[in-house]
Amino acid sequence: MTNALVITAPEGTPWIEFTREFDAPVGALFNAHRDPDLVRRWLGPNGYEMAIDHYDFVSGGGYRYVHHAPDGGEYAFHGMFHTVREGEFAIQTFEFEGAPDQVAIEYLWFEDLGPGRSRLRGKSIGPSVESRDAMVASGMEKGMREGYERLEALCA
Amino acid sequence: MQSDADLDSAFAALADPVRRAIIARLSRGPATVNELAEPFEISKQAVSKHIQVLEHAGLVTRTRDAQRRPVHLDPGRLEALTAWIDRYRLIHEQQFRALDALLAEQSQPKEDPS
Repeated sequence: MTNALVITAPEGTPWIEFTREFDAPVGALFNAHRDPDLVRRWLGPNGYEMAIDHYDFVSGGGYRYVHHAPDGGEYAFHGMFHTVREGEFAIQTFEFEGAPDQVAIEYLWFEDLGPGRSRLRGKSIGPSVESRDAMVASGMEKGMREGYERLEALCA
Repeated sequence: MQSDADLDSAFAALADPVRRAIIARLSRGPATVNELAEPFEISKQAVSKHIQVLEHAGLVTRTRDAQRRPVHLDPGRLEALTAWIDRYRLIHEQQFRALDALLAEQSQPKEDPS
């Protein structure tokens, strides 16, 4: 019963868009993005510990957090929440500290689909087509690393 | 991992309906240029050109089998292409499944701890 994730990264554009539905009311979906204790439990790759320096999901607020990989690697991210509208909409900046000044702007739409159903739509716009492609490629590297870790676990 | 130039040439090679049809045909087994040309209303020469593009992109190979020289698909190359898209997806899938689990847990009635 997993809901389908639709990702589009049109060639020659600097953005990635995604759409995903959830079997939960829009308020709960929004809250899972607002409450740092909840955010820590789902954001980031599988098996990574997420340490939050600060996280203030309100208009004009900001955040910084670090993903700790099982192999000891650390990946820090920070940004600002430009606009946050309760149960509805957010705009934030996003910067991986390993690629300084490559700031993406992220839009999130929280949509009410009636009782117990909601939809999350996101659009992340990078500073260039190249940085967007690098972001997709780094996702690939992480995914491959995780794939190898699972393979190791299987072979152990 | 492959270079951007490799990815560019592979995606460019697949950005043509005739070449995609050739790839689809080769996924069922090797074929000669004549066999590959059959379903298309274009010259054998044009089909040969398409095969050259696919060969240049590393998606197909041709064995030195005297006259026949059948065309083979390189499945490893295609897998590398889909991996490029799928790994990014994998991370997001995992992340949203974790969010699903969290939301499901929260929908259980309980007192607000604050």
